[in-house]
Amino acid sequence: MPGEAPVLEMRKISKVFPGVRALSGVDFRLFRGEVHAVMGQNGAGKSTLVKVLTGVHEHDAGEILLEGKPIRPDSPFAAQKLGISTVYQEVNLCPNLSVAENMFIGRQPMRFGSIHWKEMNRRAEEALRRLNIVIDVTQVLSSYSIAIQQMVAIARVLDVSSKILILDEPTSSLDETEVERLFGLIRTLRDRGLAILFITHFLDQTYRISDRITVLKDGLFCGEYETAELPKLELIAKMLGKELSEFSYATEQAGKKKEAAAAGAEAPVLRVRQLGLRGSIAPFDLDLSKGEILGLAGLLGSGRTEMAKLIFGIDSANQGDIEVQGKKASIGSPRAAMMAGMGFCSEDRKNEGVLGELTVRENIILALQARMGGLKFIPLKKQLEIADKLINSLKIKTPSAENAALQLSGGNLQKVMLARWLATHPAILILDEPTRGIDVGAKVEIMELILNLSRQGMGVIFISSEFEEVVRCSDRVAVLKDHAKVGELSGPEVDENNIMRTIAEGR
Amino acid sequence: MPSARSLSRSRLIWPLIALGCLLLFNVFFTPNFFHIEVKEGHLYGNLIDIIKNAAPIMLLAIGLTLVIATKGIDISVGSVVAISAGTVAILLGGDLGGVPRFPVALALIGAVLASTAAGVWNGILVSRIGLQPIIATLILFVAGRGIAMVLTNAMVIWIYVKPFAIFGQGYWLGLPFSIYMVAGLLLLTWLVTRRTAIGLFIESVGINPTAARFSGISAKNILLGVYVFSGFCAGLSGLVVCSTVMSADGNNAGNLYELDAILAVVLGGTSLNGGKFYLLGSMIGALIIQTLTTTIYAFNVAPEISQVVKAFVVYGVSLLQSERFRRRIAGMFVRERAPA
Amino acid sequence: MTRRFLNNRSLSLLVILTLFVIMFGYGSFAYTGFFSLQNFLNLFIDNAYLLILAVGMTFVIISGGIDLSVGSMLGLGTMLAASLLEKQHLNPLLVILIVVGFGTLLGFFMGCLIQIFDLPPFIITLAGLYLARGLCYIVSIDTIGITNKFFMTAAQARIKITGDTFVSPSAVIALVVVAVGAYVLRFTRFGRTIYAIGGNEQSALLMGLPVARTKIAIYALSGFCSGLAGVVFTFYTLSGYALDGKGMELDAIATVVIGGTLLTGGAGSILGTVFGVLVYGTIQVLIVFQGTLNSWWTRIAIGFLVFLFCFLQRLFEARKGVTVAHSFSQEPAAIAGGG
Repeated sequence: MPGEAPVLEMRKISKVFPGVRALSGVDFRLFRGEVHAVMGQNGAGKSTLVKVLTGVHEHDAGEILLEGKPIRPDSPFAAQKLGISTVYQEVNLCPNLSVAENMFIGRQPMRFGSIHWKEMNRRAEEALRRLNIVIDVTQVLSSYSIAIQQMVAIARVLDVSSKILILDEPTSSLDETEVERLFGLIRTLRDRGLAILFITHFLDQTYRISDRITVLKDGLFCGEYETAELPKLELIAKMLGKELSEFSYATEQAGKKKEAAAAGAEAPVLRVRQLGLRGSIAPFDLDLSKGEILGLAGLLGSGRTEMAKLIFGIDSANQGDIEVQGKKASIGSPRAAMMAGMGFCSEDRKNEGVLGELTVRENIILALQARMGGLKFIPLKKQLEIADKLINSLKIKTPSAENAALQLSGGNLQKVMLARWLATHPAILILDEPTRGIDVGAKVEIMELILNLSRQGMGVIFISSEFEEVVRCSDRVAVLKDHAKVGELSGPEVDENNIMRTIAEGR
Repeated sequence: MPSARSLSRSRLIWPLIALGCLLLFNVFFTPNFFHIEVKEGHLYGNLIDIIKNAAPIMLLAIGLTLVIATKGIDISVGSVVAISAGTVAILLGGDLGGVPRFPVALALIGAVLASTAAGVWNGILVSRIGLQPIIATLILFVAGRGIAMVLTNAMVIWIYVKPFAIFGQGYWLGLPFSIYMVAGLLLLTWLVTRRTAIGLFIESVGINPTAARFSGISAKNILLGVYVFSGFCAGLSGLVVCSTVMSADGNNAGNLYELDAILAVVLGGTSLNGGKFYLLGSMIGALIIQTLTTTIYAFNVAPEISQVVKAFVVYGVSLLQSERFRRRIAGMFVRERAPA
Repeated sequence: MTRRFLNNRSLSLLVILTLFVIMFGYGSFAYTGFFSLQNFLNLFIDNAYLLILAVGMTFVIISGGIDLSVGSMLGLGTMLAASLLEKQHLNPLLVILIVVGFGTLLGFFMGCLIQIFDLPPFIITLAGLYLARGLCYIVSIDTIGITNKFFMTAAQARIKITGDTFVSPSAVIALVVVAVGAYVLRFTRFGRTIYAIGGNEQSALLMGLPVARTKIAIYALSGFCSGLAGVVFTFYTLSGYALDGKGMELDAIATVVIGGTLLTGGAGSILGTVFGVLVYGTIQVLIVFQGTLNSWWTRIAIGFLVFLFCFLQRLFEARKGVTVAHSFSQEPAAIAGGG
C-alpha cells in the first residue's frame, strides 16, 4: 500500500552456509493488508529467506525491521513472540487431538487447576468463526480434510500472535475447491489488515491470490513487482534468469538428432494412456519411441517427479494403462517396472538412490542382481568386471570399487546410480534431475552420455529444471505445469521460449 | 576383494579385543581357567563349558543377526525355544523305557517345523500386515510361552530316549556336539547370505528400504524370509536346550534368551539400526556373554549379578551406538562452534 | 456421521466393554455361582497390582513408547519391601515410601537414557528388565515371608461394600490410582501433552510443548506405578520372591492394548485399560471355573486378543493411508520446504 511504511522490511540480507551463498544482499518488503508471493526456482533462496525471518537461522549481514524496529529472532519461538507466525506445508499439528485442543494445547484455559474443556471449545469455536470457519471443534483433527486442518493451523497461530503470517507451500496437497476455500480465508485476513507472505510454486495461484511478487534467483534479489503489472511470461523469464528475446542454441548433434527423429518413425517403446493419480498428477498420455529422448520440462513443483514415479511403479496409479515394448504391462511396483525393462534414477540421490554403507561395486550391480533374483549370484569376478567397465565409461572418480559409496561426491554418486541402471540394459531409462548439484564438467559428461544412450536405441525420459539442458538433449518435450501435462513440443518447436510460453498459457 | 574382507575383519577387532580382555582377566584371576584335560573320551574344562553353554544363544544369534540387519527385532525367540522344546518332548514322549512315541527324526522335524511356523507368523505380521517388529514379535513373546505350557500341559516332560541326548550333551571328536550344530548353521547361513545375493539384499533393506525397493528388490519377501529363518534357528536352539537337560520346561526353557541373543548380535558389531551384519561377530558376542557369566560364576558371585552386568553392557553399547551420545562426548573434547 | 463415530475413542471403549460383558455373561450362563457381585469385585481384588501396572503402562504407550521392565520392577518392589521389613525392620510406611521412590528413580534413569540420547525404548526397558530382575536376586535368592503387622493387616482387611460383599485395601488403592490417572490424562496439561507427543512428537515440539520433560516424567511415572504395584502385590502374597512379576509386563501391555490404546501412540484411555484388566481377569476366572483347562491358556488367549486388536488397528490405519514403515519415534517434519 503506497504511502504507508512496510510492517516488515528486510534489507540487504545475506546468509552463507559452508560452500554456498544462500542469500546475497536480498531486499524484501511486506505491507499490512497485502498478500506477497515470493517466487524462485531451485536454490533461489526462498526457504532460506523464510528461515532467517522465522529464527531457524540467523542472518550474517543486513537487517530485519519489524514495524521500524530492528529484530533478530534466534528461534521459531522468538519469532512467534514477535508476531511472526508460520504455517508449513505439513500441517504441524497433532492429528489425534481435537480441533479445539490443537488450537489451545500448552495454553488451555484452566479452572480450579483443571483444564476447562467447555471454555476451550467455546473459544476455539469463536476463533474459527471469526475466520468464517464453522466446524465441530470437538472432533479429532484427522477427521477433517487437509484443507480444514491447514485452516485450523492458521487459526492457531493467529490466535497466538498476529502481525505477519507466512504460508509456506500451503496448497500443495489441496484440490481446487479446497484451494478456493483457503484463498477465501486468506482474502478475509488480508482485508482485515494482516500482512501475508505466501510461498508457492503454483504459477496460476500466485496470480489469483497475491498482490505483489518478489522474485529471487540464486540467492539474489531480482525484483519486486505488482502482480497485476507482471505478465506471466516475464515472471517465468525472471525466475529462470532469462531475457525474453534470448534464443538458446542447440548443439549440432542435437540438431541433427532432431531432424532424424522428425524424419523416421521408430517403434514405440512406451505408451502411456490416461495414467493418473488423484492428488499427485492429472491423467496424461505419453509416448516414447526407441532411441528417443523425451524431456519433461516444467517449473519446480510442476509434477515431473510425480509423473516419473507413476510410470516406474513407485506410486500406484488409480487410472490409466501402460504399454512397454508393445505389451500391456501392469506396473505395480518398481520391481515390476524393472522386469518390464525400465530403469529410474531418483532426484533424491541420498534418500532414494544410493545405499551409502554398501560399496560402489555393490551399488552398481544391485539392480542387475535384483533382476536376476537373489539366488543367481553374480560371481565376484563378473561383478568387478561390470563395475570396472561402468566406472571407466562413466568416469566415476573413486579410489576403488570397494570404497563405501557414501565417500563419493555428488556428481559421482549420480554416476553410480546411472551405472546401476545401465548394468540392467533397460529399454527405457527415466532420469530425474541427473545433473542437479553437479559441477559443470560432470554435467557435460552426463548429457553426452544420455545422447549416446539414445543413439544406441535406449528410450530416455529426461527431467531437468534447466530448460537449456532439456532443449539441448531432447527430441520431444512434454511440458508440465501445476501437476498436469499442458503441452508437448517436438522437433524444431523445442526451444526455451516455447517451453516458457506453454507454461504461461497453460491449458 | 581383499579390501572388503579386511573391512569386515577390522569391525571384528573390537569384539575380539573385548573377548580377549575377559580371557586375559581370567588368566590372572581365575585359577585353572585355561586348564583343559581329557575326561571320559572328550575335552573338559572351563573353556569347553563356555562353548557348550553358549551354543543355544549362538544358534539364536545367527537368526537374529539377519533380522536386526533389516532394522527389525525378534523378541519372541525365547518363547519359540520353549515351543520347540515342548514339541520335541511330546513327540518323543516320556516313556521310561526310552521308546519314543514317534521316530526321533520325525520328532526333530516336528519341533523345527513348529518353530519355523512361528517364524512365518512373525514374518507375515511384519512384511504383509505391516506391524512394527517389536509389536509383531511381542505377540508370540506373550502367547508363545502359553502355547509351550499348553503343549506340555504345564508339566516338565522328561525324555528318556537316549539318542536324543547327543544334541545337548553329546561329544564328537572330543568337542561338544552342539558346537558342530552351530558351525553347521553358521556355514549354511554364510553360504546363503554371502555366496548368493541374499545377504546383499538383506543389508540393502536394512540400510534404506526405499532405495532397495526402488532398485527392484522385493523388500517384503526379504523381511518375511529373515523372520522365518529366525524361527528356524530358535527351533534348533530349542532342541539343544531340551537335550541338555533331557526335559522340556515350558515355563523356563529359553527364559530371557532374547536379550542375550540381541546383546550378542549388538556386541558383535551389527548395529540395531540395520545394514551391514557380522555373523562371526555375533558368535564372538555370544562367547563374550558366556565368558562373562562363567567368570562371575567362577568367582562364586551370585550368577544373578551377571544379569545386572549384562544390563549395563547393553546400556553402554547402546550409548556408544547413539549419535547424540558420541557427539556430546566429542563435544567435550573439541570446542565446537555452533552451526551457522 | 458414522466416520466420526468410528474415529472416536467411544468405539474402542464400546468394543472392550462389549467383550467384557460377553465374557462375564458367558461365564454367568455356563457356570453356577459365576454371576455375583463378589465375583465382579474379586476381579479388582485379585488384579489390583495389574491394574496399577497397566495405568502406568497406559501413560507410556499413549506417548508412543513402551516399558518392558515393569514386571521385574514389581518383583524388585516386593523383594525390597520384604527385605526392608523383615531384615531391616524399618517402619512399614517408610518402606512403602522407599520402594515407590526407588521404582520412580529407576524409571527416571531409563527415561533419561531414552530421551536425552534418543535410544529406543524397547531396548532400554528390556535391559531394565534384566537389571531389575538381577537386583531382585541380589536382595535375596530365597523367598522372604512378611510378618510385619501393618502389611498383614493390609493383606487381610476387608472393606465392606454391601451386606456380604467386600473389597480389599489393594483394590481401593488400585481404584485411586485409576481415578488419579484418568484425571491427569484428561484434565492436566501434562496429560494432554502426552497425547500430543504420541500423536506427532515433532509437531508437539514445534508447538512449544515441554516434550523432553514430559517423556522423562512418563517413564518415572511408570516406575512409580511398578513400585506401588509391588507393594500392593506384597499385600496379596505377604512375601517377597525374586521371580515375582515375571511376565507381568506383557500382561500389562496386553490389557492396555485390548483396552483400546494404540501401540503407535496418541490414543487411549484409562477406562479402556480398566476394562482390559477386567477382561484379563475374567478369562482367568473362566478358566478356573472350567476346571480342566491349563491356566496358561490365559496367555494364549491374551496373545491372540493382542494380535486381533493390533491387526484391526493396522487395518484402520491402512484405510487412512498410513504407510507401512514407521518406528516408535515419529519422523521429523520438514521445517520449511521449497527451494
